[in-house]
Amino acid sequence: MAAVMAPNAPVMNGHGSGRAKWKHLDTLLSRPGAYTDPEAFVPGEVPIASLDNARILVIGAGGLGCEILKNLALSGFKNIDVIDMDTIDVSNLNRQFLFRAKDVGNAKATVAAEFVMKRVPGCQITPYVGKIQDKDEDYYMQFNVVICGLDSIEARRWINATLVGMVDMDNPDSLKPLIDGGTEGFKGQSRVILPTMTSCIECQLDMHAPRAAVPLCTLATIPRQPQHCIEWAHIIKWEEERKDIVLDTDDPAHITWLYEKALGRAKEFNIEGVTYSMTQGVVKNIIPAIASTNAIIAASCCNEAFKLVTSAAPCIGMPGTNNYMQYTGDAGVYTFTFEAERKEDCPVCGNLPKDLSIDPEQTLEALVESLAERPESQLKKPNVSTGQKSLYYSSPASLEEQTRPNLKRKLKELLDDGEEMAVTDPAFAIAFRYKVRFR
Amino acid sequence: MANDRVPTPPPLHDLPTAKEKRYDRQLRLWGASGQVALEEAHILLVNTGSGVTGIEALKNLVLPGVGQFSILDSAIVCEEDLGVNFFLEDESLGKFRAEETPLESFLQKDDNLKPFTLLLVGAPIDYASLRKIRDLALASQTPLFYTHCIGFFSHFSVQLPRAFPVVDTHPDPTATQDLRLLKPWSELQDFAKRMTDDLETMAQHDLGHVPYVCLLLHYIDKYRTQHGKLPESYKDKTAVRDMVRAEGKDEENFEEAYAAVLKSLNPPTIPSAVRDVLSAPETQSLTSVSSSFWLIANAIQRFVTKYSVLPLPGAVPDMKARSNDYITLQQIYKSKARADCAEVTASVRSLEKSTNRSAKLEIPVNEIENFCKNAAHIHLVRGRPLQLITPGEKPSFGDRAKALRSELTNPESLMGLYLAFLAFDDFTATHTPPVPAHPSSPTGVLVPGASDSALEADAAKLTSTAHTYLDALINESGNRLEDPEYSDLRAEIEKYCTEIARAGGAELHNMASLTGGLVSQEIIKVITGQYVGVDNVCLVEGVASRMGTLKV
Repeated sequence: MAAVMAPNAPVMNGHGSGRAKWKHLDTLLSRPGAYTDPEAFVPGEVPIASLDNARILVIGAGGLGCEILKNLALSGFKNIDVIDMDTIDVSNLNRQFLFRAKDVGNAKATVAAEFVMKRVPGCQITPYVGKIQDKDEDYYMQFNVVICGLDSIEARRWINATLVGMVDMDNPDSLKPLIDGGTEGFKGQSRVILPTMTSCIECQLDMHAPRAAVPLCTLATIPRQPQHCIEWAHIIKWEEERKDIVLDTDDPAHITWLYEKALGRAKEFNIEGVTYSMTQGVVKNIIPAIASTNAIIAASCCNEAFKLVTSAAPCIGMPGTNNYMQYTGDAGVYTFTFEAERKEDCPVCGNLPKDLSIDPEQTLEALVESLAERPESQLKKPNVSTGQKSLYYSSPASLEEQTRPNLKRKLKELLDDGEEMAVTDPAFAIAFRYKVRFR
Repeated sequence: MANDRVPTPPPLHDLPTAKEKRYDRQLRLWGASGQVALEEAHILLVNTGSGVTGIEALKNLVLPGVGQFSILDSAIVCEEDLGVNFFLEDESLGKFRAEETPLESFLQKDDNLKPFTLLLVGAPIDYASLRKIRDLALASQTPLFYTHCIGFFSHFSVQLPRAFPVVDTHPDPTATQDLRLLKPWSELQDFAKRMTDDLETMAQHDLGHVPYVCLLLHYIDKYRTQHGKLPESYKDKTAVRDMVRAEGKDEENFEEAYAAVLKSLNPPTIPSAVRDVLSAPETQSLTSVSSSFWLIANAIQRFVTKYSVLPLPGAVPDMKARSNDYITLQQIYKSKARADCAEVTASVRSLEKSTNRSAKLEIPVNEIENFCKNAAHIHLVRGRPLQLITPGEKPSFGDRAKALRSELTNPESLMGLYLAFLAFDDFTATHTPPVPAHPSSPTGVLVPGASDSALEADAAKLTSTAHTYLDALINESGNRLEDPEYSDLRAEIEKYCTEIARAGGAELHNMASLTGGLVSQEIIKVITGQYVGVDNVCLVEGVASRMGTLKV
């Protein structure tokens, strides 16, 4: 093996050139451990070569992403790519430690990559400023591991479906382990997914149910909470009075307008508690985020990537073992590490259509609206069809017009109990299959 | 109504400042008071080993705005630091990692630790210095954190003051509801009667807007008329639930009432943790300089003696209702909470007088209000001294021996890993390197597995020490551990020790970063005095991706 790596053969124990700084890492990698599989782990050059040769894709250069890039670089990884479409905002500076006040407005991926490369010479980080959807399968095929540090469920579902779709049973290299981290305040999770082999993000979707929306009639006629007044200004009043202006939730003038409207409405109904900060929180759906939780979850993800690539210790996520670590830090420190199971009816990695319980007396419109909120679907712009017919398409316009009358019809007129229904959404490349079950 | 002309709002006073914008995502967690506490804090980090865990913790404390830091570290930056410490660069080579102050001379003056809000010490460190820091922190009641991070395992211990009370524990909002449905006061009862007077004949639309709290009070009343008692048992409650269902008529508010029966129809209780605070010696014997916490606790105790309940928190969950009905209901709860708090405040003022408290120490009203609101969820930590081994001797677990012994049969417990870390400290305390191994251990600490040649022997020594500790714990508890549990546990401990020796003191950056994250989180809780913290040991097992806590 050592001969293969001739050009940069690492010399152990820090005596030679180049690897002195990796003494901590090399000590671990040059000795067998109490948990290592002797078949999989050959101490010495092999795991070091694995680190040298691995290509890692990091999705997201925000709170988790900054930590992940630093951790990978200091775990000895040499080839890293990072994707992020965002620019740096002042509210990022309380945790995204690769950014300074002077960087506000610049692309996160670029600034983060430059900072880490400066601190860790020899590590190549290639930034891409844009969306994950800009890239095709050939691009994703280059990597050995994909690590996500995202705050969007939609982006996670997209990359998950893409990686599952790429798996070719005849080509083991087409299986790209996906390591996903997420945080909210003092809580978070890290999970390892082997696409098609273990439970995927779509299998686990109902564990991350969206918050129930407030009914429109409450907002319009009987507000009770300050949040109701803000949502009224956001959803109803802006449409009524400023239809021609696209709402930019990062524009303080726009937030101020909503705040004033909400405050006026709150006064009218004797509701207390509307503040600018709350307005911003509701309108932008702000989730609290702190440096410590990001550090914990990012490090957990990178620890799994390191174990996966070097075999220096067993990683979680192998079939039949734990693959999900849930972390809670607001009362003591608590983790729950378990095996999330694959679902045979997972719309992405399963073979069977998923059961969808519906009321046959309901209209198609009600069903289309509910697909956004149901924990098991969470599809915002669904197009619905059965084997025979298109029931409703939100685009293109011609098809929308043609299918619109169906929205008012009852489901029992359009579907049979037990019939299979396909739902697509422009945000996802695949069709979700459901088997209709009349309630 | 939506089309009515909205009056021009007053000029805006609460636009966010630059600081509020920067810290927005954390102010939503610990608020302005927590932020002020962080900004006024001064943390001392003591590092003698590679120290990455401590540095990563500091990063997570600099970011949210902790005011001041000092680092005590006399090591010189060497090449191996660059591969694991992100905050050193090539140009740092050969320089001091921090200010040059030998630890021994620093610790000779007791006053030197005075300026610090909190101390953070990373292993390995020489035994005498650690003991000295521990004792100084105990004497001055300064919170102390002590960390290990070796290979895939890590640990930290927290030494808190003897009394560390937390008022803002931030409980889960669903756990905090206290609606007093089985003990309503007259204003609430009258309102509910008014709202449900003609429930049977009400138009469907009106029926669908009766707040569920009023519905429940109505059915409780009906139950009492029928059965001559309040619905207190599980069976009684399901009977009330069936009454709600029978008249439900598919309305959302009836659904809400149905769902709330089991959790809301409980007589108001006082949690045992709160009773402990109310009966604590500090609450009972106030002095002119008692902290405000104990004084308010005494006032609350008086309230409880008089009414057998805690002051009403006053929050009402959102529920299907017309705006003005909901606001009226909210006002009824708020007024009652205000009245309860006024009574507690009056007690506080009279206690201030009777204890001769100086006017400067007068307790602000908002502090009393906050205490009343959180009274059911206050939390008191009785800080315990950091457990230090005496080199070459068996450790003692004192009054915790029984509880820790029971950890040994819990498959989720990381007690075995804790014993391995204690054995690590014994190893470093009883071994000195022939010559200083390298510049990053100038105090002459030798870690197990430092050289390839000693690896196996060190692992065996570590294991043997940890096994002795295991036996010491079992003996002290007086509760034997039978096979196969005993042998399995010994084998598990041997694995921990072998893996620790394998690392030869090396920190893996991921594990140091994870541990630094945990430590900074706990430091934030201690400094802000909010949230419930680890009491008092936390362990991380990075192979199986698990964490756990112990109280030693």
